[in-house]
Amino acid sequence: MATQVVMPKLSPTMEEGQLSRWLKKEGDKVSMGEPLAEIDTDKATMEMQALANGVLRKILIGEGESAPLGQAIAIIGEADEDIAALLKSIESRPAKASSATAESAPPAAPDAAPADTKPSPSTDGKPSADDSRDGGRQLISPIAARMAAEAGINLKSVQGSGPGGRIVKRDIEAAAGAKPGPARGAPQLTPMVAAQHKPGTVYGPSSFRDEPLSEMRRTIARRLVTSLGPVPHFFLTSEIDMERAADMRRSINELYPDVKLSINDIVIKMTAAALMQHPKVNASFQDKTVRYYEHADLGIAVATENGLITPVVRSAELKSLLEIAGEVRELATRARARKLKPEEYTGASFSISNLGMFGIDEFTAVINPPEGAILAVGAMAPKPVAHDGQIVIRQTMRVTMSCDHRVIDGAIGAQFLQTFKQILENPLYLFLSQ
Amino acid sequence: MAVMTMRDALNQALREELARDGDVFLMGEEVAEYQGAYKVTRGLLEAFGPKRVIDTPVTELGFAGLGVGAAMAGLRPIVEFMTFNFSILATDQIINSAAKMLYMSGGQFNIPIVFRGPGGSAYQVSSQHSQALESWYAYCPGLKVVMPSTPADAKGLLKSAIRDDDPVIFIEQERMYGMKGEVPEDEDFTIPLGVAEVKRAGTDATIVARSLMVPAALKAAAELEKAGVSCEVIDPRTIRPLDIDAIVASVKKTNRVVVAEESHPFCGVGAEISAEINERAFDYLDAPVKRVSAAYVPMPYAKNLEQLAIPGFEQIVAAVREVSYLD
Repeated sequence: MATQVVMPKLSPTMEEGQLSRWLKKEGDKVSMGEPLAEIDTDKATMEMQALANGVLRKILIGEGESAPLGQAIAIIGEADEDIAALLKSIESRPAKASSATAESAPPAAPDAAPADTKPSPSTDGKPSADDSRDGGRQLISPIAARMAAEAGINLKSVQGSGPGGRIVKRDIEAAAGAKPGPARGAPQLTPMVAAQHKPGTVYGPSSFRDEPLSEMRRTIARRLVTSLGPVPHFFLTSEIDMERAADMRRSINELYPDVKLSINDIVIKMTAAALMQHPKVNASFQDKTVRYYEHADLGIAVATENGLITPVVRSAELKSLLEIAGEVRELATRARARKLKPEEYTGASFSISNLGMFGIDEFTAVINPPEGAILAVGAMAPKPVAHDGQIVIRQTMRVTMSCDHRVIDGAIGAQFLQTFKQILENPLYLFLSQ
Repeated sequence: MAVMTMRDALNQALREELARDGDVFLMGEEVAEYQGAYKVTRGLLEAFGPKRVIDTPVTELGFAGLGVGAAMAGLRPIVEFMTFNFSILATDQIINSAAKMLYMSGGQFNIPIVFRGPGGSAYQVSSQHSQALESWYAYCPGLKVVMPSTPADAKGLLKSAIRDDDPVIFIEQERMYGMKGEVPEDEDFTIPLGVAEVKRAGTDATIVARSLMVPAALKAAAELEKAGVSCEVIDPRTIRPLDIDAIVASVKKTNRVVVAEESHPFCGVGAEISAEINERAFDYLDAPVKRVSAAYVPMPYAKNLEQLAIPGFEQIVAAVREVSYLD
């Protein structure tokens, strides 16, 4: 008669055993007392002996699988005996006995489970390289999460700079620093103070005041400097309606044909005017201080055969358009002839680079250290734009300002650019104040 | 303050405590006639005689047990292991007797004993003689575990350990015996057990280091300063009890932590510190806590491999850069 072989109690504290090795295979003859298998108990590996004579008909648990005490692990019977009924009764036994085996010897279904729970590849185009690992979930460090909650920052608007796109503390600090101020309307233009200036005066480098870095400024400086090379740039672009500026240029050139006033001369003048309204932009990073310049000493990028050089128009805010035009012309001529003196091309407070003459629509320029910013000016060209609810062709020009984030925060740069655009779109402003 | 080696600072502590309390005595292999394998006990036999400074046979389990018995009888033994590698032979007396006696006697027997000696890596003494075993002893309730990183700490902490009424494991780093530093000569100078010290203040990242890793951490901090990262170096000095409050306070300030240790990472003291930080300062972390540990291998004998197995300041710099998201 066929009998079950059950997991025996091989030590006083044993509750289940792991089948280490079968010493017989199905179909082998076994006799009572003969070693049948090796069982790992909680204490040792022990041999299990057969308790019946016959043939090992069926092995019910494989090597490496575990079974609780008393659970059937094999059947011994006659070689030709029908064991179907016995097998059925073993299989239909309440789950109590089999639950332990299920744990260590999972049936086929759990095998497929890992594939099902694996997150499907993200299709929303998020940049995270770890989408497959985290299921597209936004990664954020605990302190960054807390700071964002306290500052009311929407995490969806923050790009994480940590591994796998993790948002870290510095990202929240940067986002908090760049939050737009409340005044979103047109800024109040402060009338320019009529400065005393005698045409033809030669100015030395601008005087300045050094302000000690605040703790926050020091922190921002230290963190941002590691982001994009030694000078952490960020870029602001604005499209400017140039109809009126172009008109002005045309009119002046009709009056003074010899001057050959260029759009760039107007840009220089307007930049100087805007800088006076936004002195925080007329600044440079000096390691332990931020240097704020009194005057707009503007470096003008000039392409020469030997490379780029930036002669400086000193105190540009004091000079008339005609003076600026003349000075730039003269400096550029000497630059191309390599006749500039060092003090004529160093020590600017802000620079302008214009590639409009090459038909460049817009570009980004690299800051000339230690200056805080540079304005990259594209070509002025007629473009269809929405104007007073109509699509019309207007002269437009795109400018991109590169800012040194150690000195200039996003909102500060944006406010400057807003003023610059406003003045250039309404050049009469210049005559309100001078 | 006098400038002296850690070896001499320890000698001074032993000398002062032997003189201060007649119940204090010292025993171990070669501590008397030979004046200590590392000369920590130099001159003590001459000063205090053979009843107070006792050479033992090479029987760690035996003389550790003798020490526990003497402590139960009211004396204050200092047991020197020639190295803590040999304390492995005495663990039954240390763990089953010394650590548990107060508890199992219902508070009847204090065990005011100090087990001291060199531990950690030395120079090419290979696998069996280069082990950092602090986590073994810190794991067992009933033991205090102390690891000094400067001569002054060594003196102040050893004096406190000798005066303490509980068994103290006092692990001196073998490579640091010759390290010099200023040491207070005041006979009442002690450093309380269980109090960490900020060895260097900083704002951007915390390095928790003990024993040999403290000078490495300070060197790393100096290097990182050049890169604009301000590191705070905290030395717990006592592993049990651990001054976790000081570590957490630093983490709350810097948001980033590196735990540097000479021992293996798995089940090590660094793992414990990391877990404590997770439980107590999770909301303040900007990066996962990073451990810098010895390689998970028996210490190699070959000089080049030995250097690779022991962490140095370069690995600490790399770890700080990692948790600061600089690379």
